[in-house]
Amino acid sequence: MSAAEQAQAAQSTRNGWLLSAPALVILTLFAVGPLMIVVVYSFLAPGKYGNIEWAFSLEGWRGILYTKDIFDDTYKLADANVTIFWRSIKLSLMTTALTFAVGFPTAWFIATRPAKSRALWLFLITIPFWTNLLIRTYAINEVIRNEGMFNTLMMKLGLISEPIRIIYTDTAVFIGMAYVYLPLMVLPLFAAIDRFDMRLLEAGYDLYASRLQVLRRIILPIVKPGIIAGSILVFVPSLGAYVTPRVLGGGKQMMIGNFIDLQFGQGRNWPLGAALSLTLLIIVTIALLVYVKYANRDTTHGH
Amino acid sequence: MATKTFSVAKLPGFTTTAIIVFIALYLPIFTLVAYSFNASQSVAVWGGFSWDWYGKAWANDQVKDATLRSLIIAVSAALISTAVATMAALGTTRRKAFKGQTFIYVMINQPLMVPEIVTAVALLIMFGIIKQATGIQGLGYVIFAHAAFCIPFAYLPIRARLEGMDLSLETAAADLYATPWQTFRHVTLPLLLPGVIAGAMLAFVISLDDVVITEFVKSGGQDTLPTYMLGQMRRQLTPEINAISSMLLALTVVLLTAFFLLTRKND
Repeated sequence: MSAAEQAQAAQSTRNGWLLSAPALVILTLFAVGPLMIVVVYSFLAPGKYGNIEWAFSLEGWRGILYTKDIFDDTYKLADANVTIFWRSIKLSLMTTALTFAVGFPTAWFIATRPAKSRALWLFLITIPFWTNLLIRTYAINEVIRNEGMFNTLMMKLGLISEPIRIIYTDTAVFIGMAYVYLPLMVLPLFAAIDRFDMRLLEAGYDLYASRLQVLRRIILPIVKPGIIAGSILVFVPSLGAYVTPRVLGGGKQMMIGNFIDLQFGQGRNWPLGAALSLTLLIIVTIALLVYVKYANRDTTHGH
Repeated sequence: MATKTFSVAKLPGFTTTAIIVFIALYLPIFTLVAYSFNASQSVAVWGGFSWDWYGKAWANDQVKDATLRSLIIAVSAALISTAVATMAALGTTRRKAFKGQTFIYVMINQPLMVPEIVTAVALLIMFGIIKQATGIQGLGYVIFAHAAFCIPFAYLPIRARLEGMDLSLETAAADLYATPWQTFRHVTLPLLLPGVIAGAMLAFVISLDDVVITEFVKSGGQDTLPTYMLGQMRRQLTPEINAISSMLLALTVVLLTAFFLLTRKND
């Protein structure tokens, strides 16, 4: 490389940084930087009326799983916390599984439409995706609450004599999350299926594969990157869900997000809230790293 | 002889499932909209068609206030995030990959990777410290919080547009003695504009829809439309909430349709 070319490359890099600088400043100040403060807060002692006291303490981190006995100061496993973690993980996994089970046929259906109507079907999936999450949660609330559409209809048909209580249960949160996060599963699945070469199916059938074999041995392995992407896109926001469990769980069926909120409100335990936030962040980061690893492997080994 | 056609792409039950999914996806939304026209006081009983709840929502000062605030925040956040995202997109495309580019990508996409509740809590703590130290109040906190998480949404369509752009026009402009600024102003920017508008619209919708971060960052009396609705959901529900939701829904659909038309034209 000549000196002039080198100078030009250096100039180009400098411009790249300069142009990106304003965005980086805003993100540092209002997205990344605040996380550092959360790290600091998680190692401090709780203040009496919320906030913190400036004293080093590991109580916040210990409080994630353990609770101090008020009589003899021994630490016991905090059952309530374990229940909340278990509910969060269980509901997130269930949501991922259900959205995949119904999202895969939906994505397949869209991808196999004629080119012209495909855009329309895709648009129909995209509208709910961009619609306010709160509105969609409220819409589900309208369907499943005691006087809601589902119960009214079932009673009118004489199938049940009194309303089935779904609202404010784990089931309500599960249905709600599956409903609001479904487009996040369908869109990446569609992208993967759209690239799928349908001639492979003909080859499979020509070789006397059954439909199930074709699905299991040809389709699923090829669209695997889409499955992983969709699962991550559903699992991650489910685990950190706040609005849906709050509205449909009615404050009792808490998930991690609501539990964090509680520490900054009535719980008045900011260090615990900070430690819980970081725990959630760590789990999400691990999930994303696993995804990156799989996604890269698929692109390097495919074809 | 009539034979049953065998389509390789058809899998048993898939079409039925898909149709059920589409119905399940839209039925709750249609129900919500339908009940916004309910004349009855309760959300449970259908009392005939009426526009009353729209009038009531329109006349409700809290709703008006929250709507205005939502729009101020969304417009400000969209303008800020689109401006910085456009610059960042110009900085990270159309030049040789440079050291640190991955770092910039990770930073820009950070809001997509961190759970909202975590960012919300982090901002709550940080703004609390700033407010205590400086005594400065106001909507600026919410606006900048929104601007930050809107950046990746504004960035992605702009970058996509830049990557698909033909560089020869700019080279031609430079050959004709245009200054770099003239080239940008008269060649690059007009070509980039659909991407910029698309990015700004996504940022606007994302800001308008936000509940979690706003709920934690806002001070008393700074309700936006979504946080106002969240507060109302704890109380007795009236179809007024349905009316507000329907209006917000209509706005989203209009913006989205415009977005699709805008980004599709150049495919």
